[in-house]
Amino acid sequence: MGTLREAVLKNEGYKANDRLLEIPLPSKKVIYDIQHLNLWYGNTQALKDVNLAVNEKEVTAIIGPSGCGKSTYLKTLNRMVELVPDVRTTGTIMYRGKNIFDTSFKEEELRTWVGMVFQKPNPFPKSIYENIAYGPKIHGIRNKKLLDQIVERSLRSAYIWDEVKDRLHDNAYGLSGGQQQRLCIARCLAIEPDVILMDEPTSALDPKSTRKVEALIQELKKEFAIIIVTHNMQQAARISDRTAFFLNGEVVEYDKTGRIFSNPTDSRTEDYISGRFG
Amino acid sequence: MKYMDAIQVQKRMRTRLIKNGVAKSLFFLSTIFGLFVLAILLYRVLAQGIGWVNLDFITGKLSTQPERAGIMGAILGTFWLMVVVGPVTMFLGVGTAIYLELYAKKGRLSSFIQTNISNLAGVPSIVYGILGMTIFVRALGFGNIILAGGLTMSLLVLPIVIVSSQEALRAIPQHLSEASYGMGATKWQTIKNIVLPAALPGILTGAILSLSRAIGETAPLVVIGIPALLIPFPEGIFDNFTVLPMQIYYWTLDSTLTAEYANLAAATIVVLLLILLILNAAAIIIRSKFQKRY
Repeated sequence: MGTLREAVLKNEGYKANDRLLEIPLPSKKVIYDIQHLNLWYGNTQALKDVNLAVNEKEVTAIIGPSGCGKSTYLKTLNRMVELVPDVRTTGTIMYRGKNIFDTSFKEEELRTWVGMVFQKPNPFPKSIYENIAYGPKIHGIRNKKLLDQIVERSLRSAYIWDEVKDRLHDNAYGLSGGQQQRLCIARCLAIEPDVILMDEPTSALDPKSTRKVEALIQELKKEFAIIIVTHNMQQAARISDRTAFFLNGEVVEYDKTGRIFSNPTDSRTEDYISGRFG
Repeated sequence: MKYMDAIQVQKRMRTRLIKNGVAKSLFFLSTIFGLFVLAILLYRVLAQGIGWVNLDFITGKLSTQPERAGIMGAILGTFWLMVVVGPVTMFLGVGTAIYLELYAKKGRLSSFIQTNISNLAGVPSIVYGILGMTIFVRALGFGNIILAGGLTMSLLVLPIVIVSSQEALRAIPQHLSEASYGMGATKWQTIKNIVLPAALPGILTGAILSLSRAIGETAPLVVIGIPALLIPFPEGIFDNFTVLPMQIYYWTLDSTLTAEYANLAAATIVVLLLILLILNAAAIIIRSKFQKRY
């Protein structure tokens, strides 16, 4: 894996792209620097000249109306978007100083550092234990003791250990929707990622489960960078440090969450967050 | 003003209800017709053959004397045929299905291949017999041994296995493989660990049903020319052989000479039906037991 692994382990950041982060926190490092990103599905342009930088140990929220490209943008960050046929991109996404579109950069390697949690809880039709152990196993960990430790630590980090510790070998489909989603987060933590992408992780959950997932996100950001797409503006306001507002494939505004919600510069942002459209 | 006239509605109510009843009875009758014919068939076969089915008949060797004739040779022939057909169709059929469903880019070429595979499933079995005779029996010089018959049968059921495996693979929701890719799994790891295990019940069901098709098929083997009268038991895939439906075929042909042959044919049908019933039951059990919701 070479330089990328070293870069991540040494926590080497990329030299901040200051024009985008107006007030870069000196202690934090930029891990994603997206420049002039364009994306087409066939002939339809879904992302138009997106420029963004993402800090480590922060929650970055992506908001915008349906079809504005926010999910596409998220899936581009771990190149999952390439599973869709006929996708074409231009521009660069620097992840810890390396362009993820470089041919030398394998998407399998990228995705071990950039985990993803999906909109609908999608555990595998396996036991709870096997769900968590899946990631480490595909990366070659066979040692049973080590796997046991990884499973316990991941479930503890996702605050679901106490709920499932007595039924680790039961099928994951027996869990409630909210538990399944936290299981999916735990599964994602098991590969020890650097960034966690979340695509509307609470849209299929009830308010109580949503609160638990939100609390979990607050814990996780101490260690990980979290980029979350959400339809729920209160949620963005509650949990994120920075917010990007997407409209028709463009970034209209990107700033500290407090600023976006109290004093947006662009009138379209204001219209959207005050509920005048979307 | 109202668009719905209560009196008109009342008037039409009767005819609507009658049509409703007629439709139901029509569909019921067509179901009953099929079942009725099947029942007659079963009754005839059982009445004629059940008295002849006993342990000696099942385990005995073939004989010209009807009272001493047994079908163990044909049962073993059918068994060895499955030993060839099963692995060959599973490997080629599932492999093709995985390629077409999970690897091939959707385009003109893949839809052309797809259409032709569906067409191949409809080609008469005797045509496969001619193909098998030309390639396996003559060109490759196998002669009419089990291997040649098994490969011919494999060609015959391969399209069915491919199509049913494809359907099983297609039924696996995308979000499961996405979860696997999202953790850095390669395509092969995702297929091996997630997609195939989830699709396996569906694939097995299709494979078993196509095996039972191969067990009952006669025409291709007639073309290959497997012997009418064969005394020694086949001991491997390189031996000469006969199978249950062939035995039925020859005994039915000869029943004009020796009347008891008709009873032997009926008794063989009973055994064949039992084997098919067991296979189909296995398919149903696998399908219902391992069926998962996602």
